[in-house]
Amino acid sequence: METGNELIRVENVTREYNNGQVKALNGCNFVVHQGEVVAIIGASGSGKSTLLRCLNMLETPTSGHIYFHGVDLADPKVDLNLHRRKMGMVFQHFNLFPHKTVMQNITLAPVFLKLKTKEEAQARAEQLLKRIGLADKANEYPNMLSGGQKKRIAIVRALAMEPEVMLFDEPTSALDPEMVGEVLDLMRDLAKAGMTMAVVTHEMGFAREVANRVIFMADGAPLEEGTPDQIFNHPQSTRLQDFLAKVL
Amino acid sequence: MNWEGIFGGLSPASFFNFSFLGKYGGYILQALGYTLLLAVVSVLLAILPALLLAIMRLSKNKLVKTISGAYIAIFRSTPLLVQLSIIYFGLFGAVRIPNTWQLFGFIPLSRFIPGVVALALNSSAYVAEIFRGGILAVDIGQTEAARSLGLPAWPAMKLVVLPQAIKNVLPALANEIITMVKESSICSTLGMAELMFAAKTVAGSTYITLAPYTVVAVIYFCINYPASKGIEAIERRMRRGDRK
Repeated sequence: METGNELIRVENVTREYNNGQVKALNGCNFVVHQGEVVAIIGASGSGKSTLLRCLNMLETPTSGHIYFHGVDLADPKVDLNLHRRKMGMVFQHFNLFPHKTVMQNITLAPVFLKLKTKEEAQARAEQLLKRIGLADKANEYPNMLSGGQKKRIAIVRALAMEPEVMLFDEPTSALDPEMVGEVLDLMRDLAKAGMTMAVVTHEMGFAREVANRVIFMADGAPLEEGTPDQIFNHPQSTRLQDFLAKVL
Repeated sequence: MNWEGIFGGLSPASFFNFSFLGKYGGYILQALGYTLLLAVVSVLLAILPALLLAIMRLSKNKLVKTISGAYIAIFRSTPLLVQLSIIYFGLFGAVRIPNTWQLFGFIPLSRFIPGVVALALNSSAYVAEIFRGGILAVDIGQTEAARSLGLPAWPAMKLVVLPQAIKNVLPALANEIITMVKESSICSTLGMAELMFAAKTVAGSTYITLAPYTVVAVIYFCINYPASKGIEAIERRMRRGDRK
């Protein structure tokens, strides 16, 4: 797939905890282009989720820069709320609002932020729900849904903001195995439709098949980066070779 | 009912000399109304300040956090009676409310308002801690999800976190009213004609020294015990609803 302009640029991002005793991220640099699907893989504790959460500043980097459309989100003067609207995020544990119906979950933010009228937001939500085959669940509460359904609703909730990039934090790891397929199918559709995506994942099959580029993280920084073919078929570093030997 | 005839023969120091009920029963019931009004109004008045204190306490701003923390510490670490006296003689010594203003014809506002203000200020410190616990009990992922959609901090709190937190704290809030039904007895020291004051007055004017207190103890118990059992039942049902 042809990729466009640079959308996100990560520069020397570090994240420390406990006054520097723990270094979760240790000088990360990479770029996400428009229309690109970037898969971030690596062992547990390698910092991939922390890195993803830094992209929309849910996690504040200790140092470094995160440019989104050339604006440094790590600059305290930047209005993060405006930029977060354009960065959809899907969490490992769904984080649907349990006191709101599916419809309210999807329309809450666009309506409150006056990006759409209530009618427009509902029409858009219905359209998205139809696309994922859950139109009949619009008035249900999240606790009535299966894990796979919740995850797909969470994706739709983020899509309803019409984001320019979608961030996925281990989208399949909290799911029962039989539900992984339906979520990956939806993500595959999104990728085909040209959505820019950054996906932290343990699904090597998905990374290999859908991603344009794969980043392998180790010790809090990208260690190796390339096309799925380069990463999975011709790994250079022994760390990546060891990792692949374990997970494939 | 002829209370005088049934109990008149008992000693004035008997637990069960209820001979005064014929004459003073109505007065005691009125005092019960006073007590309930004090408790309910104080807790209701405490809710908004408590919410503000709780949110201040969770703020990242050190100064805001300290102000709220100091307020809570002061009101939780000094006796209610002392707070009540300072507010009654100090604050409402300066701001006089005319003696003639009455609520329902038997509650003089010049005493009721200072009492309610003191109880509410005290209660808001406790309710603030209840709210803080309720807010912290809502999964941080809820806030993150709301913020990731571009909602600013306060709308995320108001639309997503607080509705879930309030549901968690409703039982504790109801318990706070029960506490206040009991604590409000302290207002008797400043002449507010609530239950405890009524007992003292009846004991003083009839020389029946013990039974009036037995009566109000039974009344307090009959209000608070079923209420707390009711709250427990509601709590259990809410938990069942959550698990579904």
